[in-house]
Amino acid sequence: MSDFIDAYWSVFIAAITLIGIVWCVWLLASQRKVTVEHNADGSVADTGHVWDGDLRELNNPLPRWWAWMFLLSCIFGLIYLALYPGLGSYPGLLGYTSDNAYTTSVVKANEELKPIYAKYMELDVQQVAADPKAREMGQRLYLNYCAQCHGSDAGGSKGFPNLTDNDWLYGGSPEMIKTAILQGRNGVMPAYAHLTKDEIADLTNYVRSLSGLSVDQAKAQRGSALFATNCVACHAVDGKGNTAIGAPNLTDKVWLYGSTEAAVTETLEKGRNGQMPAHDAILTPEKVQLISAYVWSLTNIRVDQGSK
Amino acid sequence: MLEDAPNRTVIPILSVEESLYEVRRKIYLRSVSGVFARWRIVFVFLTQIVFYGLPWLSWNDRQAVLFDLVQRKFYIFGLVLWPQDVIYLTLLLILSALGLFLFTAVAGRLFCGYACPQTVYTEVFMWIERKVEGDRFARIRLDGQEWPWNFSKWRVKITKHGLWLIVAFWTGFTFVGYFTPIHTLAGEVLTASLGPWQAFWLFFYSFATWGNAGFMREQVCKYMCPYARFQSVMVDKDTFVVTYDTLRGDPRGSRSKSENHTAQGLGDCVDCSICVQVCPTGIDIRDGLQYMCIGCGACIDACDQVMDKMHYPKGLIRYTTERAMLERAPTEKAIRQVFRPRIIFYSLVILILTTAFIISIATRNPLRADVMRDRGALAREVDGSRIENVYRIQVMNSSENTMRVQFKVTGLPDLQILTSQGKPLTAVLVEPSSNQLIPIRVSSVLGEVAPGNYPIYFGVEGVEIQSGATNVVRVRDEKSTFIVPR
Repeated sequence: MSDFIDAYWSVFIAAITLIGIVWCVWLLASQRKVTVEHNADGSVADTGHVWDGDLRELNNPLPRWWAWMFLLSCIFGLIYLALYPGLGSYPGLLGYTSDNAYTTSVVKANEELKPIYAKYMELDVQQVAADPKAREMGQRLYLNYCAQCHGSDAGGSKGFPNLTDNDWLYGGSPEMIKTAILQGRNGVMPAYAHLTKDEIADLTNYVRSLSGLSVDQAKAQRGSALFATNCVACHAVDGKGNTAIGAPNLTDKVWLYGSTEAAVTETLEKGRNGQMPAHDAILTPEKVQLISAYVWSLTNIRVDQGSK
Repeated sequence: MLEDAPNRTVIPILSVEESLYEVRRKIYLRSVSGVFARWRIVFVFLTQIVFYGLPWLSWNDRQAVLFDLVQRKFYIFGLVLWPQDVIYLTLLLILSALGLFLFTAVAGRLFCGYACPQTVYTEVFMWIERKVEGDRFARIRLDGQEWPWNFSKWRVKITKHGLWLIVAFWTGFTFVGYFTPIHTLAGEVLTASLGPWQAFWLFFYSFATWGNAGFMREQVCKYMCPYARFQSVMVDKDTFVVTYDTLRGDPRGSRSKSENHTAQGLGDCVDCSICVQVCPTGIDIRDGLQYMCIGCGACIDACDQVMDKMHYPKGLIRYTTERAMLERAPTEKAIRQVFRPRIIFYSLVILILTTAFIISIATRNPLRADVMRDRGALAREVDGSRIENVYRIQVMNSSENTMRVQFKVTGLPDLQILTSQGKPLTAVLVEPSSNQLIPIRVSSVLGEVAPGNYPIYFGVEGVEIQSGATNVVRVRDEKSTFIVPR
């Protein structure tokens, strides 16, 4: 297939197209006059083709306007090919591309939507969240841009935080939510490959004990010391984490990657790398404002009726 | 089957080099009066009163008939159709096609002669033409060589085209008025603030009316219309068509009223050619039925008048079947022949489909629901005691009242529907003619069922709230899958 990017093919296609149109016009011109056989009474003779016993095919002339329509189509074709892309790789006089058309219509649509968003841009996120109409808009945007990972109900799934449980890795203030959407987040838990299997098992038991899960007390005891040397820098002495760097609280019942021994062991052995992509290049500030308000409302505003 | 006819009766004797393309010969139609002409006028009025009038009617504070392409909603009086209802359009088109088959098999091209827009607008335009330029001979003289382009000719032509353009523009305006609210459209036309697409369609349709009814006329029927070309397969020897009685009419010839033409060996046709002069497609019906005949009956009216003048019985050209004409049978006998198998079959199919169509429209459910399982997450455990799956329910309220919609789910023990915030979902209000996407969680007890995929069923029940009173309840069932992970 790589052969087809050669410039030759562009010329080839253009030539076929143009020769085709010229040939059509020539054919039309060359067929202006025909020899027609007439019957004795002057009527047009049939072609000699007979169907179903008595259906004869007559040899009537075409209407003149049909010929003009044909010619007009050829002229239209040439004008179109001059203005728009079509002749091989020739871009056309208007410089039309589907990419440009898309970008233009996006810019135009954003321009048209600005006034609708304008009043929400003047308010702060809490005030926007109090407006049911804004929440509805925010929800639609959320379902478009966020639900793929965080779920339609914002309940998250393994590796993707639950946004409805009041547990925030980086803090749940409107500003923090906005920052997360705009700049993204990169939560890195390094791999503790230098620890031995036993040490990993001890740590696992200790970490699970922090949130009240049943553990092997002896192992947890040993793990406590390992925790103090390896983990407190990020997860703090009491294991409650640090929202400044997105280190999770290990003492609650929220487990981003699972609470089972196997899951925690995997976290310690291989590390974790949570990626929230930055959306500042994808979403307009207005959309970010509405999505932030919706996400903030999930844990701060009681909504009684379904999605309303 | 295509075969070479070895025994062709007419041998071509002239070979002439001529243009392949025929310049249209303008048909100067002679005006005609009579039964069929009156029927045609009645149909012109009926169809056009409906066409021009319908968009101005109101229903529930909106346009009664509006095909809103932007919002993708079709309003037909009390009915609001959504894109999902396209099946009704299909059914309607099938019914129309079958209706056309039936009418054609019974009585030829009734549609062409009386109700087809091409005929109707041509009729309207020709009426204007006749009023402005005069009848056939006056028009031939006006367009002829001897009449130079002087002031009076210009005046007549400009008047005619002016009136034509008014009708054409009104037609285009009305047409666009079916797709965009006509009151708004009228305002926009008056203030010249039309949108680009409205303006395009308005002028395009006006131009098409002006061109087709003013200039193309019979060319549309002869060269463009597919129905003209395939109607012959639906016509048989028992179909009522405009028929020239060859047995009675031939041999043709002029004669004086007082002469005994039978003694001279002449038929009843006086060869006055008036039937040709009144034919809107310019054919000679005496050559037999042909595909250009639109079945308008103008030649019947014209011939009957001539027969009256000659004191011959009427009906030399009449509506009858080919068989009845050849067997010299009375029309009553031909009418008895109408009930033949294909007619009964067409009628039966139409009856069944119409019944199905009416029942389906009458019992149409204005509440629709779609359940989509979230693809991102399989299932999640909550508090070590319950298992949750996430769904989106799309609820569409195609009625014109607000609906209170409630949900229930069955298929597994102890299923609950929760909102995004984890509270039980009670009811959702869905605005008239709108749809709403509702993310929900469905939760079941952990450990009750073995891991696997289970079908669950959502019942969606809507109550139309009209002025406080509860209206009809409609239930729809939607199937989805609930996953219990390992």
